[in-house]
Amino acid sequence: MAKFMGIDVGSTTVKVCVLSEEYEILYTSYERHFARVKECVLNQLSIVEEKFGGGEFRVSITGSAGLGLAERAHISFVQEVQAAFTAIRKYYPDADAAVELGGEDAKIIFITGGTEQRMNGSCAGGTGAFIDQMATLLNITVDEMDKLSLRAEKVYPIASRCGVFAKSDIQPLLNQGAKKEDISASIFQAVVDQTVSGLAQGRRIKGKVLFLGGPLYFIKGLRKAFKETLGLDDEHAVFPDNAPCFMAIGAALYSKNADAMPLSKIIESIASVRESDDIATGDPLFKDRAEYDEFVARHKASDLEFADIKTYKGDAYLGIDSGSTTTKLVLITPDCKLLYQHYQSNNGQPLDIVLERLREIYSLAGGRIRICGAAVTGYGEDMLKAALKADFGIVETVAHFKAALHFNPKVDFIIDIGGQDIKCFKIKNGAIDNIMLNEACSSGCGSFIQTFAKAMGMEIDEFSKLGLFAKHPVELGSRCTVFMNSSVKQAQKEGASVEDISAGLSSSIVKNAIYKVIRAKTPDELGNNILVQGGTFLNDAVLRCFELETGKKVVRPGIAGLMGAFGAALYAKENVVGASTLISEEELKGFTYTSKSHTCKGCTSHCNVNVIGFSDGRKFISGNKCEKGAGLKPHSDELDIYSYKYERILKSTTGAKGKRGRVGLPLALGFYEQLPLWAGFFESCGFEVVLSEQSSRKLYFKGQHTVASDTVCYPAKLTHGHIESLLDQGVDFIFFPCESYNLDEHDSMNHYNCPVVAYYPELLKANNERLNEKNFIMPYLDLNDEKTTARALKHALARYKLSSKEIAKGLKEGFARLDAYHADIRKKGAEILEKAEKEGKAIVVLAGRPYHIDPEINHGIGKLLTSLDVAVLSEDSVFEKGKQVLVNVLNQWTYHARLYRAAEYVTEHQNINLVQLVSFGCGIDAITTDEVRAILESRGKLYTQIKIDEINNLGVVKIRLRSMLAAIEEQKRRSDERK
Amino acid sequence: MKENKGTVADFRDEYPKFTPEMKHTHKILVPDMLPFHFEIIVDFLRKEGWDIEVLHNDSRAVIDEGLKHVHNDTCYPALCVTGQFIDALKSGKYDTEHTAVMITQSGGGCRASNYIPLIRKALKAEFPKVPVISLNFAGLEKDSGFPMGLKTLLKLAFSVFYGDTLMSLYNQCKPYELEEGASDKAREDCLAIIRTAIDKNKYRSYKKWTKAMLERFAQVKRSKEKKVKVGIVGEIYVKYSPLGNSHLEDFLYSEGCEPVVPALMDFVLYCAVNNINDAKLYNKKNAATPLFKLAYKYLHHVQVKIIRITEKYGFEPLHDFEHLRRCADKVINQGVKMGEGWLIPAEMAALAETGTDNIVCAQPFGCLPNHIAGKGTIRTLKQMYEHENIVAVDYDPSATKVNQENRIKLMLATARENLALEEEKEAAAKKD
Repeated sequence: MAKFMGIDVGSTTVKVCVLSEEYEILYTSYERHFARVKECVLNQLSIVEEKFGGGEFRVSITGSAGLGLAERAHISFVQEVQAAFTAIRKYYPDADAAVELGGEDAKIIFITGGTEQRMNGSCAGGTGAFIDQMATLLNITVDEMDKLSLRAEKVYPIASRCGVFAKSDIQPLLNQGAKKEDISASIFQAVVDQTVSGLAQGRRIKGKVLFLGGPLYFIKGLRKAFKETLGLDDEHAVFPDNAPCFMAIGAALYSKNADAMPLSKIIESIASVRESDDIATGDPLFKDRAEYDEFVARHKASDLEFADIKTYKGDAYLGIDSGSTTTKLVLITPDCKLLYQHYQSNNGQPLDIVLERLREIYSLAGGRIRICGAAVTGYGEDMLKAALKADFGIVETVAHFKAALHFNPKVDFIIDIGGQDIKCFKIKNGAIDNIMLNEACSSGCGSFIQTFAKAMGMEIDEFSKLGLFAKHPVELGSRCTVFMNSSVKQAQKEGASVEDISAGLSSSIVKNAIYKVIRAKTPDELGNNILVQGGTFLNDAVLRCFELETGKKVVRPGIAGLMGAFGAALYAKENVVGASTLISEEELKGFTYTSKSHTCKGCTSHCNVNVIGFSDGRKFISGNKCEKGAGLKPHSDELDIYSYKYERILKSTTGAKGKRGRVGLPLALGFYEQLPLWAGFFESCGFEVVLSEQSSRKLYFKGQHTVASDTVCYPAKLTHGHIESLLDQGVDFIFFPCESYNLDEHDSMNHYNCPVVAYYPELLKANNERLNEKNFIMPYLDLNDEKTTARALKHALARYKLSSKEIAKGLKEGFARLDAYHADIRKKGAEILEKAEKEGKAIVVLAGRPYHIDPEINHGIGKLLTSLDVAVLSEDSVFEKGKQVLVNVLNQWTYHARLYRAAEYVTEHQNINLVQLVSFGCGIDAITTDEVRAILESRGKLYTQIKIDEINNLGVVKIRLRSMLAAIEEQKRRSDERK
Repeated sequence: MKENKGTVADFRDEYPKFTPEMKHTHKILVPDMLPFHFEIIVDFLRKEGWDIEVLHNDSRAVIDEGLKHVHNDTCYPALCVTGQFIDALKSGKYDTEHTAVMITQSGGGCRASNYIPLIRKALKAEFPKVPVISLNFAGLEKDSGFPMGLKTLLKLAFSVFYGDTLMSLYNQCKPYELEEGASDKAREDCLAIIRTAIDKNKYRSYKKWTKAMLERFAQVKRSKEKKVKVGIVGEIYVKYSPLGNSHLEDFLYSEGCEPVVPALMDFVLYCAVNNINDAKLYNKKNAATPLFKLAYKYLHHVQVKIIRITEKYGFEPLHDFEHLRRCADKVINQGVKMGEGWLIPAEMAALAETGTDNIVCAQPFGCLPNHIAGKGTIRTLKQMYEHENIVAVDYDPSATKVNQENRIKLMLATARENLALEEEKEAAAKKD
């Protein structure tokens, strides 16, 4: 009789299991394969051979990276979820469900109550690789992260849909000094949320639940988070001892259908598997060594001169760049020689690093050097400026531009690829003309290579150097990191070498930057004098890929990674007046700080506020979206139409008790426009109108188990929570009409709603088991036609026996309220405009959709803008003042037509600018954004876009807005000069 | 609207128009969307004097060109189509002074209606003289529409019927053929039959030609073994185009399955019915409404006849559209009319009712209508049909084949188990 063997080749590990003829587990193993899949499998098999001395085996392979191997070695293959299911039925016949997290996959198997097996879609972080990535970000091992998480006191909301988003949430928390304990726990909670919302999709995970896969076996904090979230006790949450190898065991069981083979033959057929040639590859980066040497020599020319800090005597200027993942310091002489430089990974504690380095500088300087000015830039700008009493805090875009000018006064294009941002600036007439930052989705650039290098067991330098002389760099596509991960997986499966993958990753980063962030059609669009910078460009492979892709020779300063700090130092040099306020050597000696966090209860935003106390008694507060959190007098909302609109729409109801019953209207999607209409209609018809509670993250979680599509926009996902809220309030029914057509505002070819707004009620009803025909009423209406609308309403509300007269009266009341609402917005818009103009304030039209007024959706961007001293208008407060527009695209959605007219209006007003607010996943905005940009730019206006999602942190948004304001300021200054 | 009525700001760019004279001077390129149907359509258009060619370029360069020229978040079909055009125009095979590209346009509330301007924008920098032609029935793009008389329309309609029959018969024979290549030979012969029909201007004698095709495929010797049947539904482009769905049908063949692909005519009828529904639901009547009613009645009549004939020859017929509408009503309202809307759940239900429980619901990543009509209805369908086994697959420029195939394999594993259970039951029933 033959033994059974299962081999599970996952994205990061290889697991092997041997079963006896009686299905007893004789042997299991677990090893990371570092992309060397075949070698690792062979190594494992040789161990099996040693232990069992050959003999006959029935073998099956499973796992995402095992497919190709199995095919080519002609060994039976079983899909991994199927393998798990096989094992579950054998060993845990009473289980109700199983959750399995792997390196890059997440799966749920529902066993009882309708068997169903699910895997994560192609856009999903929340897996083992995601946890690894986060650990790298925190600069700790996963094991340490686990231990820390168990001591957490609070959990921060972290976007869990995608690793890149989560990073954007975590980084600012780190920079603000949030505790690693809490962050670790928050990361695990994010993984759980992702699993529950992304996978369960409308089905509750309950009963006896099995937890499988490496991460769930090794990470206690993750287990805890799952148990708590799903409300499982020890009896119902089962963590099998052989969880990491569970799929391998399943595969072994599955091999009872396979033919028995001598082990030696199995090894032989795997060993003979050859690299296939069906992966796309590109040309090598360098023809030969000589070409590489020429390349290195050329770039050496753009290095700065050095001066010795140990002997130098005189003035100096300090620049600090507290970036997303790294902290940079530069000290220069008045003639721009480099005295001191430092570049270090944050380790989550930028302040500690800076304090330590500053102490070092003072000690090296030995009293000979006088620091005459200091400037801080980057994510941590505010906090460091406060802590160090630096003279200036400047927007990082300005700092980078300053530095670039030093190297090439003719520079017309700057591209900076850092740890997790790509920033590009176009320079026109000596000023920043256009800024492009990566949207959270295509980011994850530099730190991605780093994480990947680590996964391969290498340092980043070593890893990227491997790519320089790769023979066949693989094509990995250009998009967000989660996708790149699976491209790498595919290449690995096809047997690509580490060298080829390394070169491929460098090329991906470059393509991502050029085609996704800059969206250049031809390299000529970039400009003639390109300067590249940022830590990622220190990597020669990336630099080379950039030159190859653009076909241009570019300048990379030797201090490419320190340009922000260098620019800050230059800024300090040029702008300092009088003595520097920088913390002195003496003050620094006894300087310490403490960090605490709490939830601000100032308003409904419930910001997580961090308070850093400095030893000299000063305080720094961050995380707050407004001054209230900082303990200051709350700033007034009077110049923020977003606050006004939100409060105004909540006043759509009179609150009258109705004799006919209670109708629930969700504060979501189209209701942010039509609430006055429906409130008026129902109150006139004798119903009490009940609104769902105001949006919050908590509310989102309440409904997330009914979210059917994990890639739909956040405003749609939030709707699920609002439905739960109304059901909990015990309304008689919820009213939510389906409207293919919006109201015709006569300025577009057609007047559709977007498909999500139009038909979301269908999805809600199909995926929430609490909804039925009786308590969820969703008629199909076209409000432009009163007759059919009245008919449909009468039919839908038949059980209340409304007369035609009542309905007509109701609609009349509704439309009157809607008109009043619109009139109020226009009036308020005019007021804000007048006041702002009188006070000479900058004015921004924050152009989005009606539902963007929900503070949980816009995350308080309106407040942020007013705190930057900008008056905020909305698209619907101005579009009617704009001309009718003719655009290139098919103009056929009501809300989107408003955007074009609002843009036209802005181009006619020198003092008004436009910022477009876009929800992640909004397919229609892929079309509108380009068109709005074209309208603005055709008349010399800046275009700024802000993408929003669950992402709860405004750090990036703030930089973008400040850069925009700096550019507007610059434009204005120069136009004044011309006059 | 009120304040500045009469004043209009024009932000449109100039673009090359397609004029009727170009019929004689220009070559028209068409994307590779429906392998079965386009072959027939292109064939008859050529005979009408059009110089027209279906593109078959399918390399990674196609996707890369698409990525370069189309907005990151635009749906995958727009990216594939644009990439295919640009890659072809760059190949040097075409005189770009005398080449135009053509694509269909629906005018619905889905962003697919905007492909034309997107392609124009993409071509602008490098191919400023290439006109983009719109093939539509909604009166859009009047200055660049494809001229269509009633006769061409009729030929188109019958081409769709013939293409559907051909596709369905081929799919029913290919997995079971005992002699390799027999189905492909039959396919070639049937194309010749259709060509004759059009040449002789007898294409409306559909009964005769359909019978001829059925007879030809009946000659293909097939095994009796049971195979897993997999229905393919979803967004129209990724459902049919091998470029869009990473050669899904080929993959299913290689896994020993029978792909079941619903008819293109259903989509045509779906569009017609939506117009009629709009009139009924919202009183949105226009001049075309009676025409749509007429066309629908006629086409449905033909469809039913074809179904009857197909049944006689022992092949599984395509769905009866009225049946599809009844299926839709069980799951979703027919008011959901953007993109493929209610047609998707209707097809999934109809497939389940005709013995195809296993379904790949193909959609471009982040497809808006599909959130609701695709993924959103799966739960309901599973409750209605016990064995319904659906996998929703996202297609995207960077989603890897491994990822997609792994998910489909999971669906197939369940499908095979279900099939085995069924066979066991049948065997048990026989014993009794």
